Amino acid sequence: MPQLPEHLLRRSAEAKAKAQGRPVEEILAEMKGEEAPAAPAQGTGDRDQVTGGEGRDLDAEAGKYGVPRPLLERAMFARAKADGTAVPAMAGAPAEQAAAVSSQASAAAAVAAPAAPVGPPPGVRTQRLLTVVKAGAIQGTGTEPQDKVNVWPHLLAIEFVALLAMLAFLTLLSAYVDAPLLEFANFNEQPNPSKAPWYFLGLQELLAYFDPQVAGVIIPGFGVAALAFIPYIDRNPSIRPADRKFAISLFTVFFVGASVLTIFGSFFRGPGFNFVFPWTDGIFFDDLRTILE
Amino acid sequence: MADGNGRVGIKEAVTGMAGHLRKSQVWNSIFRPGSPMRSDNSDSPRNRSYVVMNNVLYHLHPVKVKRHGVRLSYTLCLGGLSFFLFILLTITGIFLMFYYRPTSPQAYFDMQALATDIAFGQLVRNMHRWGAHVMVLTVFLHMTRVFYHGAYKPPREFNWVVGIVLLLLTLLLSFTGYLLPWDQLALWAVTVGSNMAAYTPVFGDQVTFALIGGIQITADTLLRWYVLHVLFLPFIIVIFMAVHFWRVRKDGGLSGPL
Repeated sequence: MPQLPEHLLRRSAEAKAKAQGRPVEEILAEMKGEEAPAAPAQGTGDRDQVTGGEGRDLDAEAGKYGVPRPLLERAMFARAKADGTAVPAMAGAPAEQAAAVSSQASAAAAVAAPAAPVGPPPGVRTQRLLTVVKAGAIQGTGTEPQDKVNVWPHLLAIEFVALLAMLAFLTLLSAYVDAPLLEFANFNEQPNPSKAPWYFLGLQELLAYFDPQVAGVIIPGFGVAALAFIPYIDRNPSIRPADRKFAISLFTVFFVGASVLTIFGSFFRGPGFNFVFPWTDGIFFDDLRTILE
Repeated sequence: MADGNGRVGIKEAVTGMAGHLRKSQVWNSIFRPGSPMRSDNSDSPRNRSYVVMNNVLYHLHPVKVKRHGVRLSYTLCLGGLSFFLFILLTITGIFLMFYYRPTSPQAYFDMQALATDIAFGQLVRNMHRWGAHVMVLTVFLHMTRVFYHGAYKPPREFNWVVGIVLLLLTLLLSFTGYLLPWDQLALWAVTVGSNMAAYTPVFGDQVTFALIGGIQITADTLLRWYVLHVLFLPFIIVIFMAVHFWRVRKDGGLSGPL
């Protein structure tokens, strides 16, 4: 029998004692496979009169292993029949019944012979604790317990404050600075310089250095593909910065490069997309025109 | 409850009504058990769990997160702010749709009317435009943050790819919206941008034709980009966002600690 926690064993024993009308200590001892306590047994007659000798005490075994006595008997008879040996004497079994069995005249009848009526009163259903599956015994998760905090209030409060701060920032900015609106769209008058939206100005800056095929298609195409495939290219499992010096350096080059190109395209390019110094020649950047004015 | 004259003061009346309201069946049907809005709520670990678990929030957040994840310095809230900006842009965008016609020259006149005729029109347009710029920034910075934390490593590889798609969709949403004011800035910025698409090898002309609905930008382009901006791209990005958020939960929440 597996090691059961004491309190579960006791609960089971109490339930059994209540159902069978026997003292709890006795059943508990039976379950633990120990000797019954010295206290006088008050149970039903023949079940408790354990006789010694070479015979098997089926009642004790039934209590010990949690297998009903009729099943034990049947197994014993089956083994005896298979081995061709005599059935050992059974403690607690009526003498004439044992005799009938030993002559192997009618084993089935012996099995069918009713035992002394024990059990719960009619109409009461009892339940038996079959086994206790300890957590992790069948399905191990292998995860270490982690230091966690409740999302409410710890995370939600922070998120809500961040949301309010962003809303306040945008409302204030919008109250004081209008979005740019230039003259009506005119197909015949191209402004100089003509600049793409600011997030494409890094690409437009590249156009000043490379062939359009390279700057407009190959570099952004391969750039996006490389970005998307980062997890499948970088096979290093560690997330510690000390182990990822190469990956971090490479990404930093990309990040700084993209930022510098965008800032260059935005602030350092003037008429004809030629290089200008914003502090001497002025800023030619309409996206933020209303903010910078 | 009553003042010296035996009358019930306004403050007491309001407090009493609020108390009745918070005990009413209607109120309790709206706020599920554990909500701090309920009158019978008390602060306990169980009720803190219920605030998330008994709530539509459970689609976004687990009941508990790793302790290092709630530090503001870890995420800078960039992903959450991107999502909030998307919601804010949807709300302000719906407002703008009431006053905007994607035809030439009405589109430009409607922009002027927003500034002069419509209550809060200019404010909402400003919020929409600045918010869009900020969203491009936060999405890009969110990607950078995720990279430096190595949060794209298994099992989160695919969610990184979904994130790259979301970045591209954010850029496309911003770019399609750029044309809508129909002023010189919009027209020529989009001209420069879509000229780059013409350099696509082999079928550059076809790409440009499909993108701007013709050989050059016309009022047809305006309608096309309007539909892309207010319907098609938001529809696509919401689907990808749903996958993105779901995978954040399923892949074990925040990565780390480092």
